[in-house]
Amino acid sequence: MDTKNYLVGIFNDEDVLLQAVSNIRGKGIKIEEVYSPFPVHGLDEALGYKRSRLPIAAFLFGMTGTCTALLMQFWMLGFDWPMIIGGKNHVSLPPFIPVTFEMTVLFAAFGMVGTFLIVSDMKPYRWPKPFDLRSTDDKHVMAIDLGANHLGKEEISSILKSTGAEEVNEKNL
Amino acid sequence: MIAEEKYVFASETKRKLIVLGLVGLALFVLGIFMTMGSEGGHGGKGHASSAEITKNLVASADEGAAKEHGESHVTAGAAEHHGSPTWLKRVYTSLWQNNIFFAGIGIIGLFFIAIQYAAQAGWSAPIKRIPLAMGHWIPFAGVLMIVLWFIVKGDIFHWTHHDLYVPGEGFDPIINGKSPFFFWPLAGGTFPFFFVFRMVLFFGLWYLFFTLIKKHMLAEDIEGGNGHWYSMRKLSAYFLVIFAVSSSVSAWDWVMSIDTHWFSTMFGWYVFASWWVTGLAVIALIVANLKTAGYLKMVNGNHLHDLGKFIFGFSIFWTYIWFCQFMLIYYANIPEETIYFYQRMKVAPYSWIFFANLFLNFVLPFLLLMTRDAKRHVSMLKVVCPIVIVGHWFDFYNMVTPGVMQGNGGIGFLEIGLGLVFAAFFLYVVLSNLSKFSLVAKNHPFMNESMNHHI
Repeated sequence: MDTKNYLVGIFNDEDVLLQAVSNIRGKGIKIEEVYSPFPVHGLDEALGYKRSRLPIAAFLFGMTGTCTALLMQFWMLGFDWPMIIGGKNHVSLPPFIPVTFEMTVLFAAFGMVGTFLIVSDMKPYRWPKPFDLRSTDDKHVMAIDLGANHLGKEEISSILKSTGAEEVNEKNL
Repeated sequence: MIAEEKYVFASETKRKLIVLGLVGLALFVLGIFMTMGSEGGHGGKGHASSAEITKNLVASADEGAAKEHGESHVTAGAAEHHGSPTWLKRVYTSLWQNNIFFAGIGIIGLFFIAIQYAAQAGWSAPIKRIPLAMGHWIPFAGVLMIVLWFIVKGDIFHWTHHDLYVPGEGFDPIINGKSPFFFWPLAGGTFPFFFVFRMVLFFGLWYLFFTLIKKHMLAEDIEGGNGHWYSMRKLSAYFLVIFAVSSSVSAWDWVMSIDTHWFSTMFGWYVFASWWVTGLAVIALIVANLKTAGYLKMVNGNHLHDLGKFIFGFSIFWTYIWFCQFMLIYYANIPEETIYFYQRMKVAPYSWIFFANLFLNFVLPFLLLMTRDAKRHVSMLKVVCPIVIVGHWFDFYNMVTPGVMQGNGGIGFLEIGLGLVFAAFFLYVVLSNLSKFSLVAKNHPFMNESMNHHI
């Protein structure tokens, strides 16, 4: 597997980090990812992330669940094995609603989790490769892919330092 | 950072509201004349059809059980038509329905504030003055409710008739069994002391807590500090306990007892859910309009998002309650329970409202408010809130009217006009009170948190 060459900036304070993110992006440098031990408000906007499209997927999965549930019940109780329950018609909508609701929720939930796992490349035996283990403790870690940027290592390193990074490491992953 | 703001109840707005009220009044009067003109053959037909429905339903039930219940049902249907003429009954019914609907919106104003304090919510700090202004409707609603009750009781509340409790031809064993709920400690068929007592007590308690909480909210503007907030949190907790009981019981009293034979254990929640989501829509609509008019500078997309989520979530909650009530009655198929839905789904003027109700209050808010952007923008809230408000007005229409009017009900200029009169009166009271205090609770302890609110 080919490895990429990263510069990793370590930040101690989230306000400094937020400022640094907008400064660095303002200079035209692409930031690969920022890892932080807790959610930092405004970080996704500063990094310019687009809103996740997961809700759209959830809606589609939910609709799939609704249709599946309705068709399943129509077929089962109306055609495959018609039974009279409580003196109602074979196919009557009100008793189908609870099952339809549950299937909608089930499909939406499972679909969302599955989509999320696939999109974020999380699967069994794919262990994470952290840029710096301290991002799970008390430091914010900013990773910049050197291959994706025009500026050189020295320049980016000095920009990182000037925007408040405590230390700048190089890492191949 | 916190700008002082005060709402100005401009004469332009006043004029618009007065015009709205007058248009409503004109429609109302026109509606009365039209109803008076069309009376005659129509009334008899409706009567016959509703009595027939009752008989058919009862006939389908178990023979032994049907005998006892069935007789009382038929007598109920017959007795209810020896009241005022149809047009007057329609006026009474519409007055009662509108008053319950708007009383609910007023009470929800107070309830919303109480929830915010009890939950120690920060986001709502800049908009709390709007529900506070809505709470000013409580005394008006209370006086109207009590006065109206004495006028309309004979026509709307079947259980007020004396002969139901006297052994003889009109005796009704089911209603007689319920008599302590209305008449305690007096004898059945006399003055409904317990019922009137509850009505006075509930409005008295609501008004008391409203005055206390308002006093603290306004004192906080002048004195500042956290003391008032703690007092209000305590008052809110007391109020919520009282409201939990009183909202349910008032729903039984004012709405469910119209269909005296019928009962549903979901009903208290159902009325509450309808009130609550309407109140939220009214809050959001007033906030959206004030925002467009240049007020509430601190309110941004995040606050609107929260209001939108409230409306979205509680529209679904209302539907859930609606379905729970419908599903159990549909499945159990007991005649004295299903008659409630039979009257609403199969009788002419109510059946389209029955289905429109679900469409306006579930399908439309569910689809229109689903995305994040829809909840965050004033323009979408201005579309959805009126839909929800009108939808729940129809919801209350269908809760109140079929039980009184049977097959003679209708929805026309009379009902719509009276709704507009109430809306104009309600908005006039709310907006004129909103202009009396600062629009921004500048010393609210959570104001800073609310300004940094980010979702």
